[in-house]
Formats: sequence, structure tokens, C-alpha cells
Amino acid sequence: MIFQLILIFIMIILAVAAVIFKDLINAVVACAAVSLITSILFYFLQAPDVAMAEAAIGAGLTTAIFIIAIRKTERHEKEK
Amino acid sequence: MNQIIGYLITGVGVAFLFLGALGVFRLPDVYNRLQAGTKCTTLGAFLSIIGVGIIEPAWFFKCLVIAVFILFTNPISAHALARASYKSGVKLWDKSVVDKCKEFEECTKVDPVREPFSNGVEGKK
Amino acid sequence: MILIIFFGIITVAVVLALIRALKGPTSPDRVVGVDIMVTITTAFMVLLALFFKRRIYLDVSLIYAVLSFIGVIAIARYLDRGL
Repeated sequence: MIFQLILIFIMIILAVAAVIFKDLINAVVACAAVSLITSILFYFLQAPDVAMAEAAIGAGLTTAIFIIAIRKTERHEKEK
Repeated sequence: MNQIIGYLITGVGVAFLFLGALGVFRLPDVYNRLQAGTKCTTLGAFLSIIGVGIIEPAWFFKCLVIAVFILFTNPISAHALARASYKSGVKLWDKSVVDKCKEFEECTKVDPVREPFSNGVEGKK
Repeated sequence: MILIIFFGIITVAVVLALIRALKGPTSPDRVVGVDIMVTITTAFMVLLALFFKRRIYLDVSLIYAVLSFIGVIAIARYLDRGL
């Protein structure tokens, strides 16, 4: 139980950091970490199949697609 | 007897995992952090998973497959990341003395084939 | 009982890697922190499978061991200009 509370706090911190970062590469890295913590939480809730899907999507697919999208556009977020 | 040996190996692995994370936290440079983290963490994960396979002998083959995959894929990502961070211009620490990569031209050279496709990258001329 | 101590040590290790991933000065520092977090978590999942006594839980760890380097490879290919 205490591990789940610690993991939820870590996940909230990483999600806030993913919004705050101005460099979009760092935001993508934070998104990958959020996906990792989500997978462990599904694991604790006794749902290994959902955790498997989350692992396969979050570890490889989301990061690669975000990187391709950043390559087509711009890396740094601009202030208007 | 199996239990004692398995828990001993798993404990050594967990200690290596903690030391790897401590090295990532304390060391001053990207390259120092990378070598501390990757070596310690690969050995720690390998020993932990093999220890679990020894505790439960029916799981040993599956644990061996997981450990071998970690042993293959972890140094590949570390090598690619170190090379990329050198090429993207991250400075070494002030007190590090050896820079072998500067002596070779091809390490800092930009690949001319891939150059026209890179738009939006910082530092592009 | 001894597994609970292992879980505590691993949680401290994850928090240390998280601090490095949050305050790293450059972008490869954060990637290193998250990569170390993924590897520690793979070992953590195997120990949790031993704690819950269920064999099917090892598959999640297998998928992380196979697929976790694709994201790092993609970021590394981006950082040295190109993909």
C-alpha cells in the first residue's frame, strides 16, 4: 500500500514536469516515465494484460512517434 | 538450500541496483553517470532475475530469457546515447583528462547523407 | 519479510534516479535517469512476481526487457542530427 502511494506521488510529479518543460525532448522523456509508472500501478492492481499493453505502447511506440513529430516541427517551445 | 542461495544472489543484485542509482545521483558528468548507471544496473538486474529463477526452479527458463535480453539491449542503448551526447556537443567535466574521441575525425563529423533531412535541430547551419 | 526490505531499497533507488531525471542540466542527463529507472523497474517487476506467486506476471517484465531500448535509440538518433 505504501509503495502505491509513493508511486502515485512520483507519477504526479512527472506529469507536472512534462507540462512545465520548455524543451520538448525533455517532455517526451517525462511522458515515457509517466507511462512506466502507470504500468507498475496496473501491475499492483492485478491486471497484467493491461500492464502488458501499456508497456508495449508506452515504452517503444509513443516515444518514437513523438520524436518523429518533433523532427518535423520544432524542438523548443516559444513564448508568444 | 535453494532458498538461501537465491535470496543471497537477489540481495547482491538489489545492492548493485541501489549503487547504480546512487552513482547516477552523485556523479558530475553525463559520461560518468552513464557508465556508473549502465554497468551497475545491468549487473544488478541480471543477478536479481537469476536469483528469482533459483528461488522458484519452475520459473528458471523464463527468468533466464529476461536476463539475457537485458544483458543484450542495455549496453546498446547506453552506447548510442553516449555517442549522441558527444556529437550533440555536451562538454566533458573539467577534471576529466582523457578524450580519445577528439583524436578521431569521424566521431565529430556530421553525416552528409542525413544532413538535408534534419530540420529544426538546434545548431543547424 | 526480506522481500519487503528489497522493495524499500528499490524504491529509494527509483527516487534517486527520479531526482536526477528532474534536475539534470542537459537533455541526455534526463534520458539517462529515465533509462536507469526502466532497468530498475524491470527487476522490481520480477521481484513482485515472486511476491504475488503468479507466473503470468513475468511477461510484463519480458516486454520491458525487449522493448525499452527503442525509445532511447530514437532519442539518440534524433540528438545526433537526423533520425
